[in-house]
Amino acid sequence: MKGLLDRKFENGGVLVSRLDDLINWARLSSMWPMTFGIACCAIEFMGTGATPYDMDRFGIVPRASPRQTDVMLVAGTVTFKMADRIKRLYEQMAEPRYVISMGSCSNCGGPYWEHGYHVVKGVDRIVPVDVYVPGCPPRPEALIGGFMKLQEKIRNESLMAPGAVEKLLES
Amino acid sequence: MIEQLSDILRDHFGRDTLLEVREQDSPVSVRIAPDDLLPVCRLLHSHESFFFDLLNCVTGLDNGPENGTMEVIYNLTSIPFERSLMLRVQIDRNSPSVESVTSIWKTANWLERETFDLLGIRFENHPDLRRILLPADWEGYPLRKDYEHQEKYHGITVKY
Repeated sequence: MKGLLDRKFENGGVLVSRLDDLINWARLSSMWPMTFGIACCAIEFMGTGATPYDMDRFGIVPRASPRQTDVMLVAGTVTFKMADRIKRLYEQMAEPRYVISMGSCSNCGGPYWEHGYHVVKGVDRIVPVDVYVPGCPPRPEALIGGFMKLQEKIRNESLMAPGAVEKLLES
Repeated sequence: MIEQLSDILRDHFGRDTLLEVREQDSPVSVRIAPDDLLPVCRLLHSHESFFFDLLNCVTGLDNGPENGTMEVIYNLTSIPFERSLMLRVQIDRNSPSVESVTSIWKTANWLERETFDLLGIRFENHPDLRRILLPADWEGYPLRKDYEHQEKYHGITVKY
């Protein structure tokens, strides 16, 4: 009994795929988020990583350095003091990089929208956001939903027509 | 406890130092003059019938521009006697400043920094009076009644 790959390649010897599909598949199967949490959403992030929800089955493994990460998960309240740091961390990430905004606070300021003098009213004021996950805090299911939404987005990307460049040409 | 405190303070200072006593507060609160703060605290800390060896909290209070006063509130606990006391001082709102108690309770260091950070009350002879929560270049003191937040911080609009 041979392994799956052996059986597949034995017969034809050639596997045809679009380069786009191959690269996108690789990227969406290994979305490594940065290990950082800035409020209670981080607890849900940890819960998502732990055994019952097992983020690892999507290839989502938190990394401790921005140089090794593909996704920045902004899990919590972004204060003005933190904003500079988040911006710097984002700039340190290698491209292609994605941002998931998790929870009300980082989506729009959340409960601090009116009187929170110290809270940035949405992390999209400092870094471009790909997926917004609503909730306060979102349950692990919702966060996984957000990651799957991002997978969908990555799946439809193309090297021939990068979304960012198209957007630039439109404007 | 208040009578005992009042007597001991009178013996020590030769005059009445308690400006106001509020029995309904929890713990009982007494107000003293800002100039008396340091000697009274030193006495409360080391007197053998009090031993207020723990400073639980330092709080600032802004009574608003119409009253023109601010308050600093010290919550003390005596671990050996298992009792607590609230100490209040009232200061001028235009140049709020009070003597630091860091020389008596080390824990006052950060507590006073927080009060300074949010209300702009200066603590004289504090070893390291910097902002503790807000960024160092923040403008204004957010817990003041007439506080208006700045338009932008490092290019980010503050308003929703």
